[in-house]
Amino acid sequence: MCTRRVDRTRAVLLAAVLAALGLAAPDLALAQGYPGTFDFGATATQQEIAAVAIAVAPDGKGLPAGKGTYAAGKTVYEQACAACHGADLKGVAGIPNMPTGPALRLSGGRGTLNTPNPVMTVESYWPHATTLFDYVRRAMPFQAPGSLTADEIYAVVAYILGEGNVIDRSIVLDAQTLPRVRMPNRDGFIPDPRPEFFK
Amino acid sequence: MHSAETELSNMKARAIEEALGRLGEPITEAQARSLSALQDCECKDGMFALAPSRRGLLAGTGMVAAVGMTAMLPRRADAKAPPGAVEYPVPADPTKEQGRMMGVDGGYGSRSQFETEVRWANPRKTAAFSPLQNSYGTITPSGLHYERHHAGIPNIDPAKHSLIIHGMVDRPIKYSLADLKRFPTVSRTYFMECSGTTGSEIMRASEPTVQRTHGLVSTSEWTGVPLSTLLKQTGLKPEAAWVLAEGADAAVMTRSVPIDKCLSDALIVFAQNGEAMRPEQGYPMRLFLPGWEGNISIKWLRRLEVSDKPYYTREETSKYSDIITTSGKARIFTFTMEAKSAITFPSGEMKLPGPGFYEITGLAWSGRGKIARVEISTDSGKSWSLASLQVPVLAVSQTRFRFPWIWDGKPAVIQSRATDETGYSQPTHAQLIAERGPLESGSLFYHMNAIQSWGIAADGSVKNVHPPG
Repeated sequence: MCTRRVDRTRAVLLAAVLAALGLAAPDLALAQGYPGTFDFGATATQQEIAAVAIAVAPDGKGLPAGKGTYAAGKTVYEQACAACHGADLKGVAGIPNMPTGPALRLSGGRGTLNTPNPVMTVESYWPHATTLFDYVRRAMPFQAPGSLTADEIYAVVAYILGEGNVIDRSIVLDAQTLPRVRMPNRDGFIPDPRPEFFK
Repeated sequence: MHSAETELSNMKARAIEEALGRLGEPITEAQARSLSALQDCECKDGMFALAPSRRGLLAGTGMVAAVGMTAMLPRRADAKAPPGAVEYPVPADPTKEQGRMMGVDGGYGSRSQFETEVRWANPRKTAAFSPLQNSYGTITPSGLHYERHHAGIPNIDPAKHSLIIHGMVDRPIKYSLADLKRFPTVSRTYFMECSGTTGSEIMRASEPTVQRTHGLVSTSEWTGVPLSTLLKQTGLKPEAAWVLAEGADAAVMTRSVPIDKCLSDALIVFAQNGEAMRPEQGYPMRLFLPGWEGNISIKWLRRLEVSDKPYYTREETSKYSDIITTSGKARIFTFTMEAKSAITFPSGEMKLPGPGFYEITGLAWSGRGKIARVEISTDSGKSWSLASLQVPVLAVSQTRFRFPWIWDGKPAVIQSRATDETGYSQPTHAQLIAERGPLESGSLFYHMNAIQSWGIAADGSVKNVHPPG
């Protein structure tokens, strides 16, 4: 209270000085300033957070319970993915209003990143296997995003990684094994060096 | 109250119907003459050939205009106004009859039915480009702001939408749009650019117009709440270093943002150019990270999770990372949009009617601050002269430049080169390729900000060209 009174006195003095100089006086209301905290919004409950917190980190944080194998994933893939990504995982070209064939490709391309025609796929380019789980869970399949169960996602991830020869086709993927998968291009990323030096 | 609202909307509907009802009336000879004059004006059809002209629109509805036959031009009841416009009758002499009443538009205005600029959507319908070739000043109309989305535009009821901030915070908080609007707000004029813009041009001149080469950039006045204000409410744990931002679209788009950016100029935006933000831009609320690639300013924002590490989401690893083909390594977390410019007039697919005076104009911008200068060359880069900059020059905003030019009628290559207040100048294509390696698929070449060249032929036609040499 005491502080506020001092502030207001100061503001009145300032206004008087400004008026003497022929300048506009500041609104006295402004002199009250903005509070540091606001009580808008409600504390988010654990249930509310859990309903939307679906992200998976490279260390496995956020992975749900469940498991899947290459064999089970083949069925999921053929039903939910092959129409766009191709039975051979090489991407289907020419689908109306969809990304190009190369953009839909999931496997192959190792050894091409240092060429003018890099083939950038899950197998050749993605640094973390957890990202594949995360992305399938949040955005795939395209016509029914978010519709696969945790078991189905583990399975289809095992299938895609198995087809890319990233993992052994006998491995069971779950919250413990998936973060341990080492992607071929794990060390292929460097920090942004820009601004570049041009003369 | 509900029935009063219904009655009001019925009244509006009747007024609009009444106005539209007159559409079937035949136009007068004078109207037809003025339409025909518009169609045949060389300055319109020649210099702005890209825009769907009035002639194109009429032809599209099955009508062919021919001088001398104008009186036969019928008005069809299904005549369609250009997008964003309403077709109203055109009086023979607007000074001799009352114009349409206020409120006929239902209380929300539309542009002239004679204006046809529209966004151009690529064949895959993943991006829509702003018509820069006929842009004026620095603000992009909200309806022409570029669009890029990965799973369509979600239609979100703001009453059912909320933003949850959680993770490494002292207190997780859920904000409604109404909550957000109660905070102290700021308005800032910023450009937004997709980092994939112009990538198509790296190896060769590829797209025909400035809309398609550079049109994934726009500028709006954005209003919202500083993210730092919201993070002050939740508090941050000492290990907080990144914030995962997540959208409520079908891609549930996610990007990891360094905490420093969140605590400096990041905004949670809900308004654009003085009204609620458009659905294409993230209605009811979006993250806005000034000067950074558009993708990271997550639209339809539903969640911010504070963490100690980035999540390495699909959009920040497999996409929006920059492959360097000389080494095979890729740059990750390349956020800043660097200085860039393009001449918007004259530009690709236009046609200059003949030698003489032209005001070259275009836009320049930098994610690192203000544009310090723009230089123009009209001789393929042999010599450069300063363009004048429209003031005020705002940081992280598009700056309009202008340059007087007398075209002598000989073939010419015109270019603009922007330099920002950090001293950084736009590179050439050759410099970028030397730095990052050649890349045949332009859609993978992010952050392509090389100097753009337009070639003007002796007949005045303007083409996208790569600079000679």
